[in-house]
Amino acid sequence: MAARVVVNVPPSAKRGEVIEIKTLASHVMETGFRHAQTGELIPRDIITQFICLYNGVEIFRAELFPAVAANPLITFTTVATESGTLEFKWTGDNGYTATQSAVITVS
Amino acid sequence: MTSRRQFLALAGGALAAPAAMAQLDPNIAVKRRVALQNAIRKVVGEAELKTGKVKLEIPPLIDNGNAVPLTVTVDSPMTAAEHVKAIHVLTEKNPQPFVLAAHLGPRAGAARIATRARIADTGQVIAIAELSDGSFWSHTVSVIVTLSACLEDGLI
Amino acid sequence: MKLAALALWAACAGALAGEIPLAERRSGYDEMSRETRAMQDDDTTNPALFTVLDGEALWNRKDGEQSCAGCHGDATASMKGVAARYPRMAGGKLINLEQRINACRVEHQRAPSFAYESKELLALTTYVARQSRGLPIAIEADAATRPHLDAGRKLYEQRLGQLNLSCSQCHDDNWGKSLAGSPIPQGQATGYPIYRLEWQGMGSLERRLRNCMIGLRAEPYAYGAPEMVEVELYLMWRARGMKLETPAVRP
Repeated sequence: MAARVVVNVPPSAKRGEVIEIKTLASHVMETGFRHAQTGELIPRDIITQFICLYNGVEIFRAELFPAVAANPLITFTTVATESGTLEFKWTGDNGYTATQSAVITVS
Repeated sequence: MTSRRQFLALAGGALAAPAAMAQLDPNIAVKRRVALQNAIRKVVGEAELKTGKVKLEIPPLIDNGNAVPLTVTVDSPMTAAEHVKAIHVLTEKNPQPFVLAAHLGPRAGAARIATRARIADTGQVIAIAELSDGSFWSHTVSVIVTLSACLEDGLI
Repeated sequence: MKLAALALWAACAGALAGEIPLAERRSGYDEMSRETRAMQDDDTTNPALFTVLDGEALWNRKDGEQSCAGCHGDATASMKGVAARYPRMAGGKLINLEQRINACRVEHQRAPSFAYESKELLALTTYVARQSRGLPIAIEADAATRPHLDAGRKLYEQRLGQLNLSCSQCHDDNWGKSLAGSPIPQGQATGYPIYRLEWQGMGSLERRLRNCMIGLRAEPYAYGAPEMVEVELYLMWRARGMKLETPAVRP
């Protein structure tokens, strides 16, 4: 099934306006501290990094630890400087990657 | 999950693997507090950790520790000359103290991040802001975590 | 004559001993913190969002001979009000929404049914129920459903398990008080399937009921068991008039 990440970016903004971006990723965020009924440790499987690029320039980065809840939500802000594309990238354990992009018109 | 709950779960008949035995450690609370202090040292280095400028919004009474909404806001003009470089969130009673580290800059416009954290047990949650002038500011909130009355796997 | 009139009144009134009157019915939403409520209210950050999107994708995906959309078209129109009327009778049998979806898959799509609590079945059920969000739950007691309703109520009021407690003792008699630090809700089934923070994922009403039964140290009924569907019917009838909240977030 398709849905893996969702981003919420306002489609347009005034130049210089501070906009809020909400992102959600579908991920179990297995902590690596839980045990199965048989006592074995369930291995860690988390998203470790999230990056946002605005027309190719990194404007936000976050390191995630097992203490981030399942289906991680990350909300942050950026200044609407120019029209263009916001790219979002998530990376994590076991080669996990996810990307999404959104277009913004700044006037 | 509390160490009490884990102890009972393990005593309930599951095979105790070496890692699991560690969770029966009677000094676990002390060790986790020390781990938090070490983690704060790692973030702040030799600088003084001041109180102020940072506002950590987190429910004081948490419905469920698996997903705790929190917002960190830092009072800063977010200009090239004066801005927040990073926001770190840590907590006391988790198996490891780090929650999230966000790297900002003047392009953020405002120093405000939100996420949902896992907070294992009643204790402290601390948000630390690293400013462009090298100073560190923090806000600590004590939270109470309520645990579900009945679990699905039947282990208390 | 008087006795018959009395019996008729009792049957029509629908009010039962210990039942909560409509004006006093409270959703579990009301017992949650402001922050948890915000998680449910904001569609863009509700952790059930992925399940709804997956459900939409499954609705439009051809399985077997056709997709759900092939017969039902746009779910936002065709499924409006549907979940508010389940469980209901079909072919002389009481079925819940999950069973209805599977019956459609097997009979009309010629596709295999989804397992209970599978990601796919949860997604489709959530997507369908989501289309009734905001609508009042509309379960009526009629000649066909009355015996099932009575059976469901009987089980709801029956002491179960090693703890020897009935649903009614907590959720009718002691709602609003605390059990081990957690507030006891009335247990109104207004938001299913829910994203339960304790599960860190989605689950059906039956999963929640099994969770409670395990808590009572009772042997839980199997998914889809007739007894479970009867309790579901009773719970939905008990919540009649309350607004559906699917997908709800609960601690």
